[in-house]
Amino acid sequence: MSDPKTLFDKVWESHVVAENDDGTSLLYIDMHLTHEVTSWPGFESMRNSGRRLRRTDALLAVPDHVIPTINQAEGIKDELARVQFETLLKNCADFDVPLIPLLDERQGIVHIIGPEQGATQPGITLVCGDSHTATHGAFGCLAFGIGSSEVEHVLSTQTLVQKRPKNMRVAIDGELPLGVSGKDMILAIIGAIGTAGGTGHVIEYVGSAIRALSMEGRMTVCNMTIEGGARAGLIAPDETTFAYVKGRPMAPGEADWDAAMDYWRSLPSDPGAAYDKEISLDANMIAPQVTWGTSPEDVAPIDGRVPDPAAASDEKQRDAIQQALDYMDLSANQPIEDIKIDRAFIGSCTNGRIEDVRAAAKVAKGRKLAAGVSAMVVPGSGLVKAQAEAEGLDKILLDAGFEWREPGCSMCIAMNGDILSPGERCASTSNRNFKGRQGRDSRTHLVSPAMAAAAAIEGHFVDVRSLAS
Amino acid sequence: MKNFTTLSGPAAPLNMINVDTDQIIPKQYLSAISRAGLGKGLFHDFRYDMADKEKPDFILNREPYRDAKILLAGDNFGCGSSREHAPWSLDDFGIRCVIAPGFADIFFNNCVKNGVLLIVMDEAKVGELMALADNPQSCQMSIDLDAQSITLADGSSVPFEIESFRKHRLMNGLDDIEITLQKNAEISAFEAKQKAAMPWLYR
Repeated sequence: MSDPKTLFDKVWESHVVAENDDGTSLLYIDMHLTHEVTSWPGFESMRNSGRRLRRTDALLAVPDHVIPTINQAEGIKDELARVQFETLLKNCADFDVPLIPLLDERQGIVHIIGPEQGATQPGITLVCGDSHTATHGAFGCLAFGIGSSEVEHVLSTQTLVQKRPKNMRVAIDGELPLGVSGKDMILAIIGAIGTAGGTGHVIEYVGSAIRALSMEGRMTVCNMTIEGGARAGLIAPDETTFAYVKGRPMAPGEADWDAAMDYWRSLPSDPGAAYDKEISLDANMIAPQVTWGTSPEDVAPIDGRVPDPAAASDEKQRDAIQQALDYMDLSANQPIEDIKIDRAFIGSCTNGRIEDVRAAAKVAKGRKLAAGVSAMVVPGSGLVKAQAEAEGLDKILLDAGFEWREPGCSMCIAMNGDILSPGERCASTSNRNFKGRQGRDSRTHLVSPAMAAAAAIEGHFVDVRSLAS
Repeated sequence: MKNFTTLSGPAAPLNMINVDTDQIIPKQYLSAISRAGLGKGLFHDFRYDMADKEKPDFILNREPYRDAKILLAGDNFGCGSSREHAPWSLDDFGIRCVIAPGFADIFFNNCVKNGVLLIVMDEAKVGELMALADNPQSCQMSIDLDAQSITLADGSSVPFEIESFRKHRLMNGLDDIEITLQKNAEISAFEAKQKAAMPWLYR
């Protein structure tokens, strides 16, 4: 019998076209998702070099980063962004690339529409010129973000030259307490391993707490894998996965379903498969998480405190904490619950799915935003928006004082005009609390949708579990 | 692709860990459909105040570091987004080599594709080089990729490690796409086999 293999090993090895002499591999790419910001150099270069686009049926484009989330029908006001958006449309038309246009109900954030359309499937290789491509690993596929040169390489060859990453295993057993979500889980993991903890690895998430997550929760966990340094996160496919994929427009049809299932069921890691690095966490011990600093690893439980630089283990850490506290305008040992917010943002490829909107609406129901706080909910796709509206969630959120927007990346990257002012403090369900990420000199605290809604209602961070339902 | 053989000039110390790609080049530079002039936006918020005036204290706003060719940085440099604007802006500014204890994976690949040499070195060694770079009298360094050596202002040299595949690509400025297209028959054979086994992946 051959050596036991991990899920990653199986997907990787079944996609190697050729091994190069220099130790890299030529890896076949089954699905390529693309958007306006990182795709133009590839198309420009194909035009200049006369190279052809290898496969149009393994490519799906959607505009998401620069599009407005109000009055989308009026188009894009910013000149540069409008040209970039129109360039995507032109490239898709010229090269015959399937495109989901702006006002189509299926339009949304690329990492939300891939799974919705069934483009994301177990066992495939999937890339996109965006680091949060890690999201798709929730389906047990090898999915990772690439730069524009690699986008071009895939357009022209349907392959990538890659050095094989190592295997890392993150086990989360036990049961998440009520009111604690996949977002809290991944923030706790990043807090434990650090932002470079997964560098050079792919992370496979295993354990009973992972199995218990919905596909939405699993996507949230895999999405932020890149914030732990690993380009890809994977979760073995199971009945939850198959039920999500079945019937989606690009998923295998009835004729192929059984064959696809046979392949998918062979994917989970073999017993005894070896990993280069392993950690484990107890899900029962995870509380709602709030970041206090300018790196996703700067995280504390809601009942915790802002750290004291004086207690840091070394000078570099002390400097890093002090710089973060200065930027965030926080003081050492301040209770997390005492941090007041100005804004709340619920959305993004991390937390813009139906389950996230439901979690926010559940907290908002029958309540009002705190005085002086503004909050917006940006559904991750038109389908999420329609589903939420069918469930009356928009009404609940609007009644509580939240804005209900149109789909897009919005204030996660703040390229579309949805941006914080200098000094503003935001409870955000996005993925990065980097300095200036949501607007220059703005302050981002990463939280779950329920925690963002609770902070917007109370005006400061609060344990969502303490709000009477 | 531009090749990399040797590089000489001032080395600038940036003693911070986890410098992310939003710090290297922020969002407002991502809307254009051009790589030109991105050097202006490199480390934008470190370099300019809210009125877009230079901050005199920032290292790249001081002589001789305005002409820096090499950057010395803390661990996990280039973490975050996949924007290739990060190496484009470094290159456009004139920085074609970054030395740090570690780099984020996507940034690492993007640099190889743009002829930017990343040197991974242990933290203590990077610290020694930063101390030298901090002094304008000793900040000049010369890198010889073939010899895998950094020559310092006093004439001494420091060796560095690099994977053979990356060295080869950088030295020769190879176009990966042309090389891959030479394997077209193998790619087609892979596709034929996969299509037979998994027809649903071909639409």
